[in-house]
Amino acid sequence: MKPFISLENITFSYPDAARPALDGVTLDIYPGSFVAVLGANGSGKSTLAKHLNAILLPTSGRVLVDGMDTASPENLIPIRRRVGMVFQNPDNQIVANVVEDDVAFAPENLGVEPAEIRRRVDDALNAVGMSAFAMHAPHLLSGGQKQRIAIAGVLAMRPQVLVLDEPTAMLDPRGRREVMDTVEALCREQGITVVLITHHMEEAARADRVVVMAKGKPVMDGAPRTIFPRAGELRALQLDVPGATELVRGLNAAGMTLPADILTPAECAAAISEALQC
Amino acid sequence: MLMEVRGLTHVYSAGTPFEKIAVDGLDLDLEAGTVVGLIGHTGSGKSTLIQHLNALLKPTSGAVLLHGEDIFASKTSMYKTRFRVGLVFQYPEYQLFEETVYRDIAFGPKNQKLPDEQIDIRVRGAMAFVGLPEDILEKSPLDLSGGQKRRVAIAGVLAMDPELLILDEPTAGLDPAGREELLQNLFHWREAMEATILLVTHDMSAAARCDSLVVLDRGRAVMRGAPAEVFAHGETLQSLGLDLPEAAHIAMLLRERGVDIPSDVYTLDRLREAILALRTRKEGAAC
Repeated sequence: MKPFISLENITFSYPDAARPALDGVTLDIYPGSFVAVLGANGSGKSTLAKHLNAILLPTSGRVLVDGMDTASPENLIPIRRRVGMVFQNPDNQIVANVVEDDVAFAPENLGVEPAEIRRRVDDALNAVGMSAFAMHAPHLLSGGQKQRIAIAGVLAMRPQVLVLDEPTAMLDPRGRREVMDTVEALCREQGITVVLITHHMEEAARADRVVVMAKGKPVMDGAPRTIFPRAGELRALQLDVPGATELVRGLNAAGMTLPADILTPAECAAAISEALQC
Repeated sequence: MLMEVRGLTHVYSAGTPFEKIAVDGLDLDLEAGTVVGLIGHTGSGKSTLIQHLNALLKPTSGAVLLHGEDIFASKTSMYKTRFRVGLVFQYPEYQLFEETVYRDIAFGPKNQKLPDEQIDIRVRGAMAFVGLPEDILEKSPLDLSGGQKRRVAIAGVLAMDPELLILDEPTAGLDPAGREELLQNLFHWREAMEATILLVTHDMSAAARCDSLVVLDRGRAVMRGAPAEVFAHGETLQSLGLDLPEAAHIAMLLRERGVDIPSDVYTLDRLREAILALRTRKEGAAC
């Protein structure tokens, strides 16, 4: 399969920084995949995200989106239409006083026909499960609802790729679950490519592929079930291991023989109760 | 008792169609020297409640007593409370405003009208507690990393030497190592200063380390007790839109499958021991 986004040995340095934020990143993002990017603060993961739709341009190397080089100014608008970004703070991303006006904001600016805007707004609100709130005031919604409106605003541009930079960091557990269920459904049901930057291991565990960044480079790359059992390496990179994986490791060290690639509490409980049966 | 909250009620927009009871007849005791965790989903009343504890908001009814005295008794008592109860808001790094780190941290003690030498001791002490190096003192706060800014903002409150420190989601947005380090710094500060902490958090690994927990829902305290007691009610917490520590969650799922795990298990270490004990018992039994 042809990658939709290709990073070709890119480096990036912020002005006056002692070391580059990205230091030779080569990475292909395939269409329809759900990629989680993990890494400690300062590992370069947000800088990486900002290269995926030309918010930042690499100091060296190049980024191709659907074959277009992000460094060419004439590619900027087509790239932004294909790759939408959602950030941490929903309050900074909402511009209108009514939910559906907010979702319509980008396609209106792109000069989309009114009938088409109507269709896109309805589809986008439906996709994030917020149709019932179309006429509500965004500032009276919960954090999780606001973040889903922000996602709908990006979806109204009909992007092929959704890049989310810690979209749940400011949300409570219920809001986190709402947003993650929405993001996963967009990938699985609508085929949208998802790149999720996160600190939460249980969110990364839902992806097809986990890329771990350290000091501006990808240092681990694989399916969650192959990454999370590598507890020692993750800890050395200041990352956590899911509790279920950690528990299984401890039990196996004490002589039990549970599958090492367990990720979720449900899988963990099922394997343990089976092992304890007579 | 350091602080007693008695029948606290706060109604926003009273008498209008938008009337909302944010805190509803709440009682809360904060015992000196303890770390109390306050948990509840967004909109449960946590932020409204904590703004009463250092006299930023006045209650619609009810009282807040500090060492037995009503903090709302007079303008003077309200003003004094703000120095004795330090409040660190969510994402406090957005509130840094001075030209240098030193001046930002010194802002509180300066308002306390302390002599310069005393301010200097407070600033350097607070920096040490949050693990900031002294070579950033003359830098602009804007030139620091996000994690450092957060620590400068917290140091600014520690420098006022509060008896009660209230923090609203201090670990939000930090990576796992950063979360752990900040919590350790705060717990160490509490011990050294013999102070009291009220920690508002969604982070269950932080909640698990508090001495006691209060669960808020629709402005009322619906559960309180030691972490082991609160986490034993997994289904209730989940129905309130809250998480469980992962170990408590796995323990709950095991109990649902008929595995005999004690309900007060909420750490991975204890869960592992409980499972290994069951395995030993099973091996001893003939089956």
